[in-house]
Amino acid sequence: MGTEPAGPRGGPSPHLAVVGAGPAGLAAALAAAERGVRVTVVDSAEAPGGQFYRQPAAALGARRPQALHHQWRTWRRLRDGVERHLPAGNITLLPEHHVWCVERRPDAPREQRPCPPRERRPSDTPGGFTVHALLGPAQEEAVEVRADAVVLATGGYEKVLPFPGWTLPGVVTAGGAQAMLKGGLVVSGRTAVVAGTGPLLLPVATGLAAAGVRVAALVESADPKALVRHAGPLVGRADKLAEGAGYAVTLLRRRVRTLVRHTVVEAHGTDRLEAVTVAALDAEGRVRPGSERRFACDTLAVGHGMVPHTDLAESLGCRVDADGMSVAVDDEQRTDVPGVWAAGEATGIGGAALSLAEGHVAGRSAAARLRGREPDPREWAAAAASRTRLREFFAALDTVYVPPAHWAEQVTDGTVVCRCEEVTAGAVREAVGELGAGDVRTVKLLTRAGMGWCQGRMCGPAVAGLAGCAETVARRPFARPVPLGVLARAGETGEPGGAPVVSEEPGGPPVE
Amino acid sequence: MVGAACALYAARAGLDVTVVDRGPVAGGTTGAGEGNLLVSDKEPGPELELALLSNRLWTELASEPGLGTAFEYDPKGGLVVASAPEGLAALEKFAAGQRTAGVVAETVTAGQLHYLEPKLAPGLAGGVYYPQDAQVMPTLAAAHLLRASAARLLTGRTVTGVSRSPDGAVRGVRTDRGEIDAPAVVNAAGTWGGEVAALAGVHLPVLPRRGFVLVTEPLPPLVRHKVYAADYVADVASDSAALQTSPVVEGTAAGPVLIGASRERVGFDRSFSLPVVRALAAGATRLFPFLEGVRAMRTYVGFRPYLPDHLPAIGPDPRVPGLFHACGHEGAGIGLATGTGQLIAQVLGGRAPELDLTPFRPDRFAVHEEAAG
Ligand SMILES: Cc1cc2nc3c(=O)[nH]c(=O)nc-3n(C[C@H](O)[C@H](O)[C@H](O)COP(=O)(O)OP(=O)(O)OC[C@H]3O[C@@H](n4cnc5c(N)ncnc54)[C@H](O)[C@@H]3O)c2cc1C
Repeated sequence: MGTEPAGPRGGPSPHLAVVGAGPAGLAAALAAAERGVRVTVVDSAEAPGGQFYRQPAAALGARRPQALHHQWRTWRRLRDGVERHLPAGNITLLPEHHVWCVERRPDAPREQRPCPPRERRPSDTPGGFTVHALLGPAQEEAVEVRADAVVLATGGYEKVLPFPGWTLPGVVTAGGAQAMLKGGLVVSGRTAVVAGTGPLLLPVATGLAAAGVRVAALVESADPKALVRHAGPLVGRADKLAEGAGYAVTLLRRRVRTLVRHTVVEAHGTDRLEAVTVAALDAEGRVRPGSERRFACDTLAVGHGMVPHTDLAESLGCRVDADGMSVAVDDEQRTDVPGVWAAGEATGIGGAALSLAEGHVAGRSAAARLRGREPDPREWAAAAASRTRLREFFAALDTVYVPPAHWAEQVTDGTVVCRCEEVTAGAVREAVGELGAGDVRTVKLLTRAGMGWCQGRMCGPAVAGLAGCAETVARRPFARPVPLGVLARAGETGEPGGAPVVSEEPGGPPVE
Repeated sequence: MVGAACALYAARAGLDVTVVDRGPVAGGTTGAGEGNLLVSDKEPGPELELALLSNRLWTELASEPGLGTAFEYDPKGGLVVASAPEGLAALEKFAAGQRTAGVVAETVTAGQLHYLEPKLAPGLAGGVYYPQDAQVMPTLAAAHLLRASAARLLTGRTVTGVSRSPDGAVRGVRTDRGEIDAPAVVNAAGTWGGEVAALAGVHLPVLPRRGFVLVTEPLPPLVRHKVYAADYVADVASDSAALQTSPVVEGTAAGPVLIGASRERVGFDRSFSLPVVRALAAGATRLFPFLEGVRAMRTYVGFRPYLPDHLPAIGPDPRVPGLFHACGHEGAGIGLATGTGQLIAQVLGGRAPELDLTPFRPDRFAVHEEAAG
């Protein structure tokens, strides 16, 4: 079992645990540490930075990471700020810690929001939160971090919808391609098609091109011209708002053929990807017959946007909006569970700049409340203003970048939808059509779709789409698979007397 | 599950059957529990008789073409173990009573345990083997029984009222999407059976008893039977509201090991409870030490429908002609579904039920008992 800094009850300052070391998590950590709160940042990656500021591994000799990191300076400032707090222990970074559950200990403060004016600091009250993590990469050893409050900055993950051939080697997710780029792992000399929908496709295509990959086509199912209608004047500033869109567009014009209102209908190949068929979409979002075209390629990067990571929040009991599948927060980034804040893409997909703003607000709010003070929102007016602007912009993006309405029609019965359990589209359709399933949960129980290692993170949207039912907020009490031995002893690490007490029937011990 | 079994046996008895559910198939407790068909945990009495009848019927259904594999029927047998000699003596006594009621129960010595279950923890005192215990996958079972019944299936429809004729007899049900006429209505609403009974103006105090189940990563078959500690029987029969977590450990056709289930009376609280699943994990790893390194993938929660005397309500309601109840099976509604369906079909058809329904009478609870229960 791991060790951790001494608990807050003996120490002078309250303790905040931040889950996630991306822009949101680090901004929150920095803002809180600068206001006298001791912060522990827990993240599964080897180094802080999250998806966006992914660290190019030094060993791979990435010489000019700036070329990929448009906001490199912002990142430097943030990282240097965090590093300044490390020696004194105001911020502790715990990389390679895979959080499987955040527990609100039964003795945690129960008061309801809005926070009543009170003299006591929450750190003076018994209880609080335990962040349960597994030490990577083996993820067998348990570490527990106890804190008076938590900021969930767990980001998002990619959404990928299936199509015939999507499981062939050579088909990767857009985010996966981007991670490979940032990690310096892309092999030049290959031919790629980038497809799907969303603002992420641009930087992926340009990044691939810059790394010496021939990008045969960028296939976007939405029509970005519609963005002008939805976002109006915001679009002119898109390059400042989104991830280097301006720079991306220039590069694109030079090198990449862009097909809008098009979609990939099939990936071909026997052992690995050899080509893709692309077709135009009509106004309803159906494939236009006869418009199919084939592109030879050995790589297909596909993505259909991002989905917020809500597992930890959901099992803590935080409200998750069924609409955006995102953690619901107030103006201070507080969830509806006292002591739990959320920031960044967990609360809605919106990129690094928005995550920074949200993280900053969360960190300041948490710091003030942990120190027993009612925060003054005027202190973070600038961050709040950019938060408003960015949310508007991304809301507009969201209405435009949606997968084609009838994407499911292109998925043949034989296409595997759930890769973990090898469930086909045909099996999902049978569960709905013949066995009376009417929701994702019943489809899952009848077909096992979503029961494998990824617990439906990959196939959830696809299964809902094929079944023709609404996506629901998934309940995943374990954000990671956890060894039963670790689970059986959860709560035993850390401060003495902190373990929750299970009430048992007086006469009968629960187990022999 | 219970509704599906009623539909199947009623349709086979020649009745015209419509199944109405506000959710999808198995969207209630059936999709949130396990599929143990147990005789081993029941003491002699009406519930055990129903279990023996039900297990016989499950075996028959499973032998129909395609059906057994469709719902993953596995007559794997159950093994109840005791860690200490006192526990074993109590278990032996319990088994002796069951034998007189027709249960096959074979004593297993400490030395023989590892032939039956090689991965069991060392040092256990002994156990009893129950070859009649079996297992199905509940959601698949409900879906395939319904399909086999060829009954009309109306999902996504909530029953909002029970229509009665001037003489008080049932005429059908009102739903949020129109009326359905029927001279007989079966209330198989599980944990919500009390609400449906109330729609017909009668009192039936069904309450929820929460249970968590832990699911591991898929494994090769390492746990052969359903294995549980002798305390489980006491937990099942317990009246206590407090948490009880003696685990039942079992492999499944799909590979994952299921570890179930806790019992708590906390209303319909769905929130995740780490202390509860921790206790399940602790119990399971004590029985099977190799599980220490096996990963839990997920956990889910369900609400068993229970009545104050822990027996289901099965049969006609004398207070409302044409209303029948088939609910309140607590932690055994999968196992007891077939027998319940058969009995309901018999009384619906005006025949004598093959088991005495007196202990299951739906009007056995006086109104004041609800406050006490
Ligand atoms: C953790 C756990 C483990 C379990 N393990 C086992 C086991 O191993 N073996 C076993 O035999 N049993 C087990 N059980 C118990 C078993 O799951 C239940 O007894 C059984 O599922 C009850 O079935 P049912 O058909 O009565 O109820 P349900 O499956 O809940 O069905 C009732 C249906 O009624 C519908 N309904 C309710 N109100 C209305 C309305 N107004 N209009 C329309 N529809 C309505 C609901 O939507 C629901 O689908 C377990 C339970 C739990 C929680």
